[in-house]
Amino acid sequence: MNAVDLASSYDLIVIGGGPAGLAAASLAARAGVSTVLFDENPGVGGQIYRGITSTPVTNRLILGEDYWAGEALANEAEASGAVVVNGATVWSLDPERVVGVSIAGKARLIEARRVIIATGSQERPFPIPGWTLPGVMTAGAAQTVLKAQGLLPDGRTVMAGTGPLMWLLAAQILRAGGKIEAILDTTPRRNFLRASPHLPDFVLSPYFAKGLALLREVKAKVPVRRVSSVAAVGDGKLREVVSDRGRMPADLLLLHQGVVPNVNLALAAGTAHAWNERQLCFQPVLDDHFESSVPGIAVAGDGAGIAGGTAAAERGRIAAIAAVRALKPAAAVPDPQSVRQRLRREEMGRAFLDWLHRPADSFRQPEGDTLACRCEEVTARQVRETADMGCEGPNQMKAFLRCGMGPCQGRLCGLTITELIAAQRKTTPAEVGYYRLRPPVKPITLAELASLPISEAERKAVER
Amino acid sequence: MRTADVVIIGGGLHGCSTALHLALRGLRPILVEKDYAGRHASGVNAGGVRQLARHIAEIPLSIASMALWENIEDLVGDDCGFSSHGTVLVAESEQELAGFRARVDDLRLKGFAHEELIDHAELKRLVPAVSDDCPGGVVSRRDGAADPFRTTQAFRRRAIERGAAVIEGVSVTGLARNGSVWRVETSDGPIEAPKVVNAAGAWADRIAAQLGEPVPLEVIAPMLMVSSRVPPFIDPVVILRGRKLSFKQLANGTVVIGGGHLAVSYRDENRTVLDWTKLATSARTVWELFPAMREATIVRAWAGIEARMPDEIPVVGPSRTSEGVFHQFGFSAHGFQLGPATGAVMAELVATGATNLPIDGLGIERFKA
Repeated sequence: MNAVDLASSYDLIVIGGGPAGLAAASLAARAGVSTVLFDENPGVGGQIYRGITSTPVTNRLILGEDYWAGEALANEAEASGAVVVNGATVWSLDPERVVGVSIAGKARLIEARRVIIATGSQERPFPIPGWTLPGVMTAGAAQTVLKAQGLLPDGRTVMAGTGPLMWLLAAQILRAGGKIEAILDTTPRRNFLRASPHLPDFVLSPYFAKGLALLREVKAKVPVRRVSSVAAVGDGKLREVVSDRGRMPADLLLLHQGVVPNVNLALAAGTAHAWNERQLCFQPVLDDHFESSVPGIAVAGDGAGIAGGTAAAERGRIAAIAAVRALKPAAAVPDPQSVRQRLRREEMGRAFLDWLHRPADSFRQPEGDTLACRCEEVTARQVRETADMGCEGPNQMKAFLRCGMGPCQGRLCGLTITELIAAQRKTTPAEVGYYRLRPPVKPITLAELASLPISEAERKAVER
Repeated sequence: MRTADVVIIGGGLHGCSTALHLALRGLRPILVEKDYAGRHASGVNAGGVRQLARHIAEIPLSIASMALWENIEDLVGDDCGFSSHGTVLVAESEQELAGFRARVDDLRLKGFAHEELIDHAELKRLVPAVSDDCPGGVVSRRDGAADPFRTTQAFRRRAIERGAAVIEGVSVTGLARNGSVWRVETSDGPIEAPKVVNAAGAWADRIAAQLGEPVPLEVIAPMLMVSSRVPPFIDPVVILRGRKLSFKQLANGTVVIGGGHLAVSYRDENRTVLDWTKLATSARTVWELFPAMREATIVRAWAGIEARMPDEIPVVGPSRTSEGVFHQFGFSAHGFQLGPATGAVMAELVATGATNLPIDGLGIERFKA
């Protein structure tokens, strides 16, 4: 599908082809709503089911049954009648539900009566000393390469961090025949105290048995050390990993301390967000149907708050049911109560996992010369000193230090900057707030922008 | 009850500049800002420091301001990111160039020499990257560019150092004469002062209306976009007349593209919604004029809320109805360069009741119904 082949408007635009987006688009299209799904990757699946239609990793044991559950979602979307466009980068969404999208170098503005943002999560920044050295990457990036290309980490590999996804990736690497020298577990010991009231729910949740099995599987093959500091050291490339438990030579360090909602598009669209103290991130303010504060725009999946892939699909369905009911009240939709029941079961173990894997302050609020903003090379010290000088928020900080103004649009530093300002000024991230996000939320070339159809532009100029 | 010599409403560059100049005269101003200084157009404009192509009525202010810009560090203790590589108005046709020639000749007759007509060769020397089809243009060689937020902050900081008070996050809710002083009601209690300066930008019409002198102020939000870093290829700021474009490369390599296409603005919500169809028009203009930019990446676009008057020149001078109140607003998308000198003029007006710099034609009385 090329940009020129798209209609100028659809009933529903779904943004993101992970579990939430696939489930939402399928349900809506089957109910007879004209639906387009824009996904920026070459194939659908999002991060959790990345490469689900094309992965070279055909041994199903390696990526596990939870991964292959994505196949059904992808097939369902394919059969649903939704227009699924891969390689489609959505770079703007405004409150009037005009979506700016680029496909193969050509841009279009497409209107929708409803929009479901399903842009999922991203890894939480992990700003340790040396995190920008070649040889240091996120666990998520390593998992992307494994799923999409079937490639394993090369050389002496160390993992550091906390959270279920770190253990999952370790297991996937080991099953595929890879080797991990050590795992440095940064989970603070006292987290268990805060998590323990939620243990009963967790034990009853689907996560419990899977999680224990995963831990057992990994710990049987890899030495695991509990650490409270991690640094990557080397000249020009990673040489060793230094923690409070000693030094170890390494060629590759994989970092991961959980995922947070990818809020850029929802913020740029003007939706209200609030700080989630348990998950230490901003998330959109949503109603029971995942409707945001901007009429007609919903946020489903992990972008609505982290709950995992299975929950994401159920959330997508709930948002889609609401969209269908608004657009085509007579259309048949599944019973929302049964969807909600499944969603509740999926969300049950979440509180325990969140409290248990809450990263320590020292891993979120760096000190000294550790970079906070990679794009503009702004250090933690600069941010702290500027906050001390009276800078009260991330938007002023942008103006002072240029942090968040590089090509990543603050994705890799936003939470760090907010938390550093809050820590320094002895206030809360909720008070400090987040960057005002400016479109394009994904960089587009001047040529792409210039390619917006002129006739459409003239029509709009008259209308506005 | 707080008291002051002057209450300034609005913490944009103009309000901050007036606060500084009043403090330099030994007065004690209090500046009240509803958000934070530089939150709107003053902090996020294109940063052009331009004398070129101005309305005749504001040229004296602009020339006075240029002298302050050239020694800005002496005034505010910060170089404000100011650099001077000139502004070039590019003619896209011989016909356009003829019009520019008439303008430059007319300015000469009136005694202004800052605008200079240039031919194709000089244009290519100043802006080698410009398309070969352009026959010439006009240059103002002392013009330049500065960092808008940093500039506004520098004026704010120096004003405070010199004795002004700046109250942020507080809005003015009303003002009324109370004997010999003005009582300015704010969300944080009243302030009394004999003099008031209305520098409230896109919100200034509400103050004027309270004083019984409504103005036809239009709220606008000119859009800008910025590219990722590209190798240095252009020094001066480039502007066009026929098509809306301003174009400049910053020292860090990023290119700021503007020109006055407007976003939809919601002043009560501090919110703007960009119009990508118009930004695409700018992109097409750049595509044609600067082929080197075609593969550059646009990383961010935004708009700052400000005021435009129907005649596109500001309101500067005393209130028509209310003694002790002075207006300084409506800079119509080109007020940044005027900030330093307009603050000085306002301070002179407030302190002495008159100003040596001509501000004829800028008074609020021109909107009398």
